[in-house]
Amino acid sequence: MVYLILLFEFFKIGLFAIGGGLATVPFLTELANKYDWFTREELTNMIGISESTPGPIGINMATYAGFMAGSAEHGSAGGVIGGVTATVALVLPSFIIMLFLVRALSAFKDNKHVRSAFYGLRPAAAALVASAAIAIASVTFINAGEFTRYFEYVDIKTFALFAVCLVLSISLKKIQPLHLIAAAAVTGIVFSM
Amino acid sequence: MKDFFSIFINFAMIGTLTIGGGYTMLPLLQKTVADKLRWVTEEEITDFYAIAQCLPGIIAVNTAMLIGHRHKKIPGMVAAALGIIFPSLIFILAIAIFINRFMEYEIVRSAFNGIRAAVIAIVVHAVIRMLQSGVKDFFAAAIFVTVLAVFIFFSVSPVWPLLTGAACGIALKKIKREV
Repeated sequence: MVYLILLFEFFKIGLFAIGGGLATVPFLTELANKYDWFTREELTNMIGISESTPGPIGINMATYAGFMAGSAEHGSAGGVIGGVTATVALVLPSFIIMLFLVRALSAFKDNKHVRSAFYGLRPAAAALVASAAIAIASVTFINAGEFTRYFEYVDIKTFALFAVCLVLSISLKKIQPLHLIAAAAVTGIVFSM
Repeated sequence: MKDFFSIFINFAMIGTLTIGGGYTMLPLLQKTVADKLRWVTEEEITDFYAIAQCLPGIIAVNTAMLIGHRHKKIPGMVAAALGIIFPSLIFILAIAIFINRFMEYEIVRSAFNGIRAAVIAIVVHAVIRMLQSGVKDFFAAAIFVTVLAVFIFFSVSPVWPLLTGAACGIALKKIKREV
């Protein structure tokens, strides 16, 4: 039953994803490996769409992943149910925590042990997102199939575009993900990548 | 019921105008929920945003729920949560239903080949930002390197590195007698 699996998996993501919407990416990479719902390439497309459409990225990606899972087994209607299921499941853990602990939350934030835990959590979360970046980069930059010479192994055009985007993103404070994605889409079309 | 609907609509509008991450949402919240509607003060929003980051889940949704709760208790929290996820459901489901038909066109595939390069840059930049704010000494850097190495070579659930990281954090601070 795909909806029950979605409920379980996204509840787990909602409980453990810490540090912004992109912190859910390592969990989604795990889902791509574990189930036949979407490939890593489709996951990378999903992140791109989620970054450039209205709504928080984490929620957008959950809706999208849920749709892919539901539609893989039950068509578009199943996809809609899957999208709603995954989104609600993602929100549920923090909803339940707030329901019972809303008064204690200010104290929780300043608690010494919570601070210590976050001291160890933040680098671990960063490492998970870094490994997710490696996972999606490996399917994007490395050409599949036959190649005759060494330099054909790496997709030079895509890697160059990545490098330019990264430099722009770091150096220009005002640039938003949406701008980068729009510019990269145009570049992809112009150079028929 | 009128309050419930008003909270839902306002958060749905904030969700619609939030493109590309929680960082764009904060100024929007201050303008709408604090300045215009006066449901909470600007200081409360800053507090809620800080608490939201320490809770599991999506920061934008957590912030919205805390504001909703402050304004109208549990019904307010439900309305805020539903409102902030509503635009995602509408836009993403609409796109997801039709995307496969668009993918048949060469031009759309080329665009997405470019978009994926930008996405990786965005994720790498997010890692850099997480390192800048969360890794400030040797032990934190050691946790980062260890988790990265383990996670590349072994396929484990992301839950375990996170729990281990939290346990290491508490243990290290105890050993260093900072707590």
